[in-house]
Amino acid sequence: MRIVVVGAGMAGARLTGQLAPCGGVEVTVVGEEPYAPYNRVLLAEVLAGRYQADVIRLPDAARGAVRRGVRAVRVDRAERVVVCDDGTVVPYDRLVLATGSNAVLPPLRGLFAEGRGELPGGVHAFRTMEDCLALSGAVRAGARAVVVGGGLLGVSAARALAARGAQVVLAQQGEHLMERHLDQAAGQLLRAHLASLGVEVHTECRVRGLHHATGAGRPVRSVELADGYRLDAELVVLACGVRPRVGLAQSAGLDVAKGIVVDDELRTSDPYVHAIGDCSQHDGVVYGLAGAATEQADALARVLTRNGRNYRGTRALTRLTLNGPQAMDIAAFGETTAMPGDDVLRLADATRGTYRKVVTRGDRLVGGILLGELATVGELARAWEGDEPLPDRASPLHLLTDNGGS
Amino acid sequence: MTATSTVDTHCPYCALQCGMGLRPTAGGTVEVVERDFPVNKGALCGKGRTAPGVLLAEGVRLTGPLVRSGATGELEPASWGAALDRVAEGLVRVRAGHGADAVGVFGGGGLTNEKAYALGKFARVVLKTSQIDYNGRFCMSSAAAAHQRAFGLDRGLPFPVADIARTGCVILVGSNLADTMPPALRYLTELKANGGKLIVVDPRRTRTAEQADLHLQPRPGTDLALALGLLHLVVAEGLVDEAFVEERTHGWPEARAAAMAHWPELVERITGVPVPALREAVRLFCGTPEGMVLTARGPEQQAKGTDTVGAWINLCLATGRAGRPRSGYGCLTGQGNGQGGREHGQKADQLPGYRKLDDPAARAHVAGVWGVDPDDLPGPGRSAYELLDALGRDVKGLLLMGSNPVVSAPRAAHITERIAALDFLAVCDVVLSETAAMADVVLPVTQWAEETGTVTNLEGRVLLRRKAIDPPDGVRSDLYVLNVLAAHLGWEKGFATNPEEVFDELRRASAGGPADYSGITYRRIAEEEGVFWPCPADSHPGTPRLFLDRFATPDGRARFVPVMHRPSAEEPDAEYPLYLTTGRVLAQYQSGAQTRRVAELNAAAPGPFVQLHPQLADRLGVADGEPVAVTSRRGRAVAPARVSRGIRPDTVFMPFHWPGEGRANTLTNPALDPASRMPEFKVCAVRVERAQA
Repeated sequence: MRIVVVGAGMAGARLTGQLAPCGGVEVTVVGEEPYAPYNRVLLAEVLAGRYQADVIRLPDAARGAVRRGVRAVRVDRAERVVVCDDGTVVPYDRLVLATGSNAVLPPLRGLFAEGRGELPGGVHAFRTMEDCLALSGAVRAGARAVVVGGGLLGVSAARALAARGAQVVLAQQGEHLMERHLDQAAGQLLRAHLASLGVEVHTECRVRGLHHATGAGRPVRSVELADGYRLDAELVVLACGVRPRVGLAQSAGLDVAKGIVVDDELRTSDPYVHAIGDCSQHDGVVYGLAGAATEQADALARVLTRNGRNYRGTRALTRLTLNGPQAMDIAAFGETTAMPGDDVLRLADATRGTYRKVVTRGDRLVGGILLGELATVGELARAWEGDEPLPDRASPLHLLTDNGGS
Repeated sequence: MTATSTVDTHCPYCALQCGMGLRPTAGGTVEVVERDFPVNKGALCGKGRTAPGVLLAEGVRLTGPLVRSGATGELEPASWGAALDRVAEGLVRVRAGHGADAVGVFGGGGLTNEKAYALGKFARVVLKTSQIDYNGRFCMSSAAAAHQRAFGLDRGLPFPVADIARTGCVILVGSNLADTMPPALRYLTELKANGGKLIVVDPRRTRTAEQADLHLQPRPGTDLALALGLLHLVVAEGLVDEAFVEERTHGWPEARAAAMAHWPELVERITGVPVPALREAVRLFCGTPEGMVLTARGPEQQAKGTDTVGAWINLCLATGRAGRPRSGYGCLTGQGNGQGGREHGQKADQLPGYRKLDDPAARAHVAGVWGVDPDDLPGPGRSAYELLDALGRDVKGLLLMGSNPVVSAPRAAHITERIAALDFLAVCDVVLSETAAMADVVLPVTQWAEETGTVTNLEGRVLLRRKAIDPPDGVRSDLYVLNVLAAHLGWEKGFATNPEEVFDELRRASAGGPADYSGITYRRIAEEEGVFWPCPADSHPGTPRLFLDRFATPDGRARFVPVMHRPSAEEPDAEYPLYLTTGRVLAQYQSGAQTRRVAELNAAAPGPFVQLHPQLADRLGVADGEPVAVTSRRGRAVAPARVSRGIRPDTVFMPFHWPGEGRANTLTNPALDPASRMPEFKVCAVRVERAQA
C-alpha cells in the first residue's frame, strides 16, 4: 500500500515512525519545511537557549522517501495523486494530510506593507523552527521585546526571551494570562512568576499597531497600544493563536469546518484521504496540541495496518513548564471558572505560590488547575481522561493532595 | 564426616546466594548456622533459615520414583531401574514416532552449573533435539538481551554487590528486594548511611520503596517512557558526559533523538509521574559523580522488556555511569543460579560459555569437547513459552528438571492443558510439584545440602555449594539420571556423575567463550570466596569488575540503542479496565514448590491475595479480606482482597506463588518480547469484581 503523507511535522513524523516496522506499506512524506522533522513542543526551549536546534530533531524513523522542501500544491482525488510544486506527481493508495496549522497574525496597523506579505524586521510569529531561529539570532541581553498574546505560547515565548536576557513586555487583551486554561487567581500567580523572571505583563491591553523605520527590512521601532501609548521594541513576537492549514483540503473539495473533518478512523469525507494533527477536526474539536497529534498518528497507524482500536478523542491536560532557576509547573483542563451550581474545591498557598482547584458539576469533574504543586497530576489526569462518575461518598480532595481521600 | 563439623555452603533460594553453614544434626537433617561471606555478611532471610524444612519433613520430600500405572492411572512407587527404563522407553518412542525435535527438554534456573551443562549436552548430543529451554527465560532474559546489545556481554552485575553501598545514587527499577532478597537491603541502608541517594521506580509502594529518597510510581508498563523522559531532562539540563559518550560509546545521536521525542510533559502523561518528580530524579542521579541503575523483573518481564532495559542503559551511558568504578547498569537476577543457568547451554540458542549456537566457531569448539561432529549439533529451538505452547502438538515428549510451569508459566491454564496433552512427561524434582503430579514418571533427585555443585550468583561470582548430609534412601542426583538415560540411549560415556568431573569438562567447553570458566576450580572457589568470571586461566584472578577499560564489543565501545516507548501488549479498556501486575512476597519463593512446604513460611504467607487501593475497593464495594474475582482474557482467579494505599488506584497486584483458584498466572499475558522472548508477566488488563464468599 502506497501511503503519502503531506506534512513532516510531529503528526507526520510520528505516523511514519509507527508505520516503519510494518510490512506491506510504502511511505512517502512530502514536507515543505527545509528542516528535518523536529519537536515543535521544544521550540521555546531552543529559544531559551536550553537546547541546540539540532537536538530537537525527531528520530529518523521515516524509512520511506522524505521529500523535504517540497510543497504539495494540489490533490487530484479522482486520479489519486498529489501534485507538488517541483512538478512531480506522487500517486497514493491512501493520502494522509498532516499539514498542521499556521500562526494567526492579528490585524495590526503597520504589520504589512502595501501589497507585500513580509513582516517588518524584528517581528516574528512563533510557530516554526524558522521563526525560532530568527528570534534566537536577533535576541540579545537588554533587547526590548514585546510579546503580543498571553496564551500558552505567548507566556512560553516571554519566558524564553527573558531567559536570554531580553527586557520583555507581554501585552494581552484579556483579563488574565492563559485565559483559556486558567482562572483569575491562577493567572495572577502566573503573572507574579513571570514578573519574578523580569517579564512585565500588561493585561486588558490591546495592541493596535506597529511602528517601524522605513527603508530596507522596515525594522520595527515600537508597538502602539489601544490608548495610544507606545512601547519601544526591537523584537516583537506575535503569539495570537494558530489556525488549521486546510487550503489543500478545501481546494480538493474535502469537508472542512474549522479543520479538516475526520471520523473515528481519522478519515475525511474521501475514504482514501485521512487527516491528523493540528489540521484535523474530530468530533467538533480542533486540538492543536502535540499530545493529541501523537495519539491521532498512533491511531491512524493502527487503522492503516488494521491493528487495534480507532481514535476516540484526546482528553489531555494542558501542561506548561516554565523552566528556570525556580521552575513553575502548570496543569489545567476543562472549565476552570465555575458556573452557578458547580462545586469548587480550592487549595491556595500564598507563601509557596501554589494553587490547586477542581470544579465538579453533579458527579462529574468539569475542570481543574494545578499550579506549582503537581504531586497529584497523574491522578487528576486519570480522572479527567476516565470521565467516570465521581464516587459519591468521597470528596475529590484526593485529586488535589497526596494525603487526601480515603 | 563428624556430627559436629560445619559445612560451608550457600542458600538454595535466590540469586544472592548468601553464604551459610550447615551443621548435620542427629535427626539426619541439618541446622543452618551463620557464615561470614562477603555477599551477606552472616545475614539470612526467613526462607534461607528454614530451608532444611524441605529436606526430610514427613510427606514433603519425594523419597522414591513414581510411575503412572496403566491400570489405575495413578502415580505409584517404582524402582529406579523400572522408572528409568520407562523414561528411556518413553523418550525413544516419541522420537521414533515423530522425530528428534518431538522430544523437548525444560530446565530451571535453580539447577547447578553442572546440571545445566549436562542437561544441555544431553539434549543436543543424546536426544539430538533443538527443543530445549528453561524457566530462566521468564526471569532476566530481557536484561540479558539488553546487556548483550549494549555491552557485548551479559553478566547480571558488572561489579560486586558490595559496591552498591559506595556509589552516589542508585535508581532501583522494578525490584522489591526488601522482600525478594532481604539480605541485599543492607547495601541500600549502607548507601544511605554513606550519604548516597536511593530512587525506587515501582507502581507499588513496597517495603523497598519505603526506603527511597524518591519513589516514582508509574503506570505498569511505562518505565520505558520514564527512562526516556529522564534522559531527555539529562540533555536539557546539559548533564550529558560528552567526553565519555565520545570516547566510549556509539550511536548517541540516534538515542538522543529518541529521547527528545519523549519530552517531560508527554512522559508525565504516559507514566502518571509528575514532571517535578522527574526533575528531582535527575537532580539526585546527576548530583553525584557516581551512580547505578539496577533493574529487576518489573521492567524486564514485559513484551518490550529488552527495550525498557535498553532505555535505562542509555541513561547510564549518556551520563558516563558505566565502565567506571562504583558506576554502571546491573540486573538483579532472580533465581539461585539464574546467572550460571543461562551460560552453559540449557537456553534454546546457546552453547556452554555463553556461546551462540548459530556461531560455526562456537559449534566447532564445543563439538570438539563433546567428541561429536559439529554438523550433528541441532540449531536453535523454541523459547520457553513457545516450547510449552507447542507441547502435545509438535513436541510430544518432555523431560523436565527443576521447574514448575503449571504455576509459573504465563497463561497457566492453557499451559496446563498443553502439558496434559503430552504423550510422555518425565519430571525430576525434590517434591511432588503441581507439574510433577501430571507426569508419567517422577524421579526424586537430590538438592542443595545433599549434593555438591557450583552456582553463579547475580555478581557473576562462581560459588561452591557443598554436600552436608546424605540424601534419603531412594533419592539420586540429576547427574545420575542423565548418566543412566544416556547409557540407555547409546552413550555409555560422556555423562559423569561426579560434579567436579562435570565441572572440569564445563571449564574446557567454556574456554575462550564470553563466560570463560576455564581458570576456575573447586579449590580456587573455596580458597577465594568465589571466583568472578571471566577467568580464562589458572593464573587469572577473575574479574570482579567488568568494562573498566573497555566494553566487550568488538571495538570496545558500548552501544546506545535508540528505543521508543510503546504501549503494553494489552492496555486497559472498557471491558478490562484495570492493570494487573504480579510479583513475590517475603515468605514465599517462585512457584512455592519448596516454600509452601515449610510450615513457618506458610504461617507468614498462607495464600494468594489481591492488593487493591481503597478508592478501587470502595468503588467495587469490597472490604479487606473479602474474596474478589480477577478476570483477564485468559481466565479468572479468586483471592481475598488486601486493601492498601501502597498501590495505584488503577492497578491490582497478585503474588504468583500459588496454584489453584488463586493462581495469578491464570491471568497473565504470554505476549513475548521480540528479542528476549520474555512473556509479559508484569502487565495485563483485568476486570475485578466481588466474588461469592
